[in-house]
Formats: sequence, C-alpha cells, structure tokens
Amino acid sequence: MAAVADTTTVRRVRRGPSFGKVAAWAVMAAIVLITLLPFYWILRTALSSNTALAAHPGDVLPVDPTTGGFERALGLQSAEEAIAQGGSGGGLKFWRYLINSVIVSTLITVCQIFFSAMAAYAFARLRWRGREKVFGLFLAGLMVPTIFTLLPNFVLIKQLGLVDTLLGVALPTMFMTPFAVFFLRQFFMNVPREVEEAALLDGAGKIRIFFRVMLPMASTPILTLGLLTYITAWNDYFWPLMVSYSDSSRVLTVALAIFRAQTPQTGYDWSGLMAATLIAALPMLVLFGCFARRIVSSISFTGIK
Amino acid sequence: MTIASSSPPSRLPLGGAAGAGTKSRTRRARSRENQGDGRLAAVFIAPAMLGFLLFLLWPTLRGIYLSFTRFNLLTPPEWVGLDNYVRMVHDPIFWDSLTVTVEYVVINIGVQTVSALAIAVLMQRLTQSAVLRGIVLTPYLMSNVVAGIVWLWILDTQLGIGNEIIAGLGADRIPFLADETWAVPTIALINVWRHVGYTALLLFAGLMAIPNDVYEAAKVDGASEWRMFWRITMPLLRPVLAVVLIMTVIGSFQVFDTVAVTTAGGPANATNVLQYYVYGAAFGRFQFGYASAMSVALLVVLSAITVLQYRLTRAGQSDLG
Repeated sequence: MAAVADTTTVRRVRRGPSFGKVAAWAVMAAIVLITLLPFYWILRTALSSNTALAAHPGDVLPVDPTTGGFERALGLQSAEEAIAQGGSGGGLKFWRYLINSVIVSTLITVCQIFFSAMAAYAFARLRWRGREKVFGLFLAGLMVPTIFTLLPNFVLIKQLGLVDTLLGVALPTMFMTPFAVFFLRQFFMNVPREVEEAALLDGAGKIRIFFRVMLPMASTPILTLGLLTYITAWNDYFWPLMVSYSDSSRVLTVALAIFRAQTPQTGYDWSGLMAATLIAALPMLVLFGCFARRIVSSISFTGIK
Repeated sequence: MTIASSSPPSRLPLGGAAGAGTKSRTRRARSRENQGDGRLAAVFIAPAMLGFLLFLLWPTLRGIYLSFTRFNLLTPPEWVGLDNYVRMVHDPIFWDSLTVTVEYVVINIGVQTVSALAIAVLMQRLTQSAVLRGIVLTPYLMSNVVAGIVWLWILDTQLGIGNEIIAGLGADRIPFLADETWAVPTIALINVWRHVGYTALLLFAGLMAIPNDVYEAAKVDGASEWRMFWRITMPLLRPVLAVVLIMTVIGSFQVFDTVAVTTAGGPANATNVLQYYVYGAAFGRFQFGYASAMSVALLVVLSAITVLQYRLTRAGQSDLG
C-alpha cells in the first residue's frame, strides 16, 4: 500500500502540473461553457416573466418564475392574457407544428432510406447493363448544391399543386439523396458473397434476400444514416419556408421564425420565444440523449457528404 | 476504351445465351444469374431514379434554363437570352451581396477552422473523452433558426446577457445585430457556434488516423507539444484539412437561415447575403428568371470550389500513403 502511494507521489512531483496543460484545460472549459450556456439561458428565460426579464436582465436564475411563456408558445393562453404578459396575441399552435415536423421528418427519413437502400442493393449486388453509368450519374448529383435545386423544385411543386401540403414539403428529399445511395452501396458491397449465395441455395429469391438478409445486416448503418437524415430534415428551414404558407403544412422551424417576427408593441416576447425555441429544440436533444455515441461516431464518415 | 467499341460485344452474349438456353439448363441458370437481374434491378432502382430525375436532374437543368427567361410564376417563362446576366453584371446590389457573402465566408471559415482545429487537437492530445465530443456537437443538433434566435436574445443591446456582461465590465453596449459593421461578423460567429463542434469532429477523425508512435518518438526526442503540432499534426492532417475546409466553404456560401431570422438582410442591406437576395428576387418580387441567373452564378462559384476540392484531395493522397 505504502509503496504504491509512494510511486504515485513521486511521479506526480516529477511531472508537475505543467503550465501548458493547465492552459489547455482552461481553454477546453471555456469552450464547453460557450457551447452549453446558451442552452441554460433558453431555459432560464423561458421560465421567467417578461416584465421581470426587463427589470433583471442579468440574474442567473429565472426571475418571477412562470409557465406563461410555454402557455403562449403552445397556444394555451387567450389573446388578452398573452398581450397582458408581453406576448403578441398572435395564435401559434406549437403542438400542431410539432406534429407537422414529426410527420415530415419521419416521411423523409423512412422513405428516403428505404428507396436509397433498394437502389444501393441494385447497384451493389444486381447485374444489369449500364449499372456503372447510372451510378456515375447518381454520384454526379453530389456535385449539385441542394440550394440550387430549391427554386426550380418550388416551381415543380407548384405545378403539381402540392404547395402548402406536408407532402410538398417532404417530396423532394423523399426518394433519395446521392449520399444515402452511395453510403449504403458501400456497405452492401462489403457484405460477404457467401451469405447471399447460401440464401440462394436455400431457394430464396433476390427480393427475399434483400428483405431477409441484406436489410437486417445493414441495420446499424441504416440507423446511423436515419439519425442524420432525421436531424437534417427536422432542422431544415429554407425549403419549408418556400412551400408552406399556413398552419396545415407549417413545420417548427418556420413557425419559430414567424413567432420571432410577430413582435408585440412592447418589444420582443422573449419568454414566449425562448419557450418556443426550447420546444423546437427538445426533440433533437432527446434524440441526442438516446443516441449520442452513435451520432458522434457517425460524423467522421459524413466527411464525404 | 470508347463506348462505341465496348457496346457491340456486350450485346453478343445476350443473343448467344438466348439461343443456347434451350440446349443447356446450367448455362441458362448461369446467364440468369449474370444478366437476368435487369427487370428486378429496374424495380429496385425505380423510386430512387424517379426522385433523381424529378428533383435533382430536372431542377438543375430547369434552373439553368430559367436563368435565360423572364418568369413570374403566373405566365409561362419567356426567353430573353442573356438579359438576366447583363442585368446581374450591372446590378450594384448583386455585387454588394456577393461582397457581403465573401466577407461572411472569410470570417466564418477563418474563425471556425482555427477553433475547430484547436478543439480537435485538444481532444486528441489532452483527453479523448466521448462525453466531451458529445458536448461540442450539441449545437449542431439545433436548427439555424434556433441558434439565430437564441443569440439574438443573448446579444440584445438592452436586455441580452452578453451586453449585460459587457456593460458590467465597464465597456459600451454593442448593438451586435443592429449595427452595419457588427452584423456580418456576428452572424458569422453565431454560425461558428453551431458548426464548430461538427467541424472539430471531422478533423478529430483525421487526427485519429495519425499513429500514436509518431508522437511517442518525437516526445523521446524532447519535442514540445507546440513543435509536434507544426511538425507532425499539421503536415499529416493537411489532406483531411483541405477536404473539410472546402466542404465547409461550400456550405458557408449558402448561408440564409441565420440572416433571415436575425437581421432579414439589414441594417441597410449590410447582411444581404446572396441567397437572401436571390430569395427576395424570387418570392418578394417574383423575378424567378433573375433569381435563377444569380443562382447559376453561385453554382459556378461553388463548382469551381468543388473542382479545387478534387484537385487538393488527389494531391493530398500521396501524403497519407
């Protein structure tokens, strides 16, 4: 026991806390603070009342704690009540937008990954003429910045009569992205041929192999890809802004921006705005809480995106 | 090898297989395995192909076509040749917005790359804690809209905690997003906050590819961390850094959300970035033709950067080997 204690003290004395190391930890701590403090500030503001916020802008804890901000964000307050508490009185129903966001993001994620996986399987394991050429065409699609396709896609969605519908918001990214096809093709190509051949010998057709062998084997990359797709779809603002005009297709990001633009005469409704921000951010934070490790490790391969 | 010379032989085995099919079952089975997937492949590829043609290839071609037309969405596009491009070249607001965009990109990418590199190196050399990696990535999960609104509040001139701290230190309050000189750097830094963790993790992945022995050997030789950074880390990370840099530059040029939410292009067009101007031209003034021409201009700039990306990655590959 004593000997062990001895060696550790000796080592500690010899190394000493070098100045560089202390400085490095200090920098790291500062980075963590800058990263996380805004999240605390959202919560603190959302739980404060607007009048108290104006009087005590620097207090660390919520001032005059109230759930009024959340009530306004969720449309639970009457217009008079909302205006009295510093809100705009404009009707915003974040439940509605939350549901819209869930529908759009789920639709995009499920369909995009399923269709991309089908295409990826055809590129990786089926034999057909022109396969490499078609794949090359898909890959070339990676070069087109999404932003360039938005205006013409809006024109198309308008011609299809899908403006201001949830389907219109989801449609352009519902079928595929070149990245998803590319990523899943890489995985399918690395599945040992023996696995497939064994299933073939058992009399399974290629369709059956895809559903019963390939898809289950790819569950890990599919989940990883799915998380990234879901986050991207959930956070998208520019495209939904173009396509949705009313509550029927409005997603959270657009609703939040509208809430911010509805400035009451007394100044911003910061409490309500931060409550709405928290509602919009919470699902992603929960998702991150559940899948943090997978999301973090998935970042390294999105480099090819 | 040309397409013309390769296509006739590929047609021959098909005909041969069909003729021999009646004679030999094994050959037919083999040929079905090799070439008979055509119909199945068509089914498997159909949805993705539909999406690719309808929402990627077609809009790309259509966007280029629309840039040569006058189009207000209500009446059919009218061909006007190069009019939109002539107008663009003579439009001072276009050039202003391009300048603002470049200023934004320079600040955004400059600060973000240096910070991300610092964070990545700290994560490599100081602590490889997974929790820490999770923490720095958190802002990336927020939408640009959320990030914009939160910082709008923190940096509010009268009530924001940021300005409270500045006032507490005895300095003058700064109207970060309401001032012509401060607005662009502020928006650039807000987006650094959201993206720096993501960029750091990309660089971190590159750093993990550098074998630890190299550092151990250098340490034995008495090299300092500072020296190791410049002599080992930087040269070996260079290819990854180049890819990440150009990828983030392309993303940075497309800035829109944060501007739309915080300043709406103001004050006095100070933050009227290109995408915001394009959006205004299309949805504010219904000049879809002119908006498309400006989009094509941005596409050209971004394509040039992409070409540069491929050059650099290819040049960098020898470094890693």
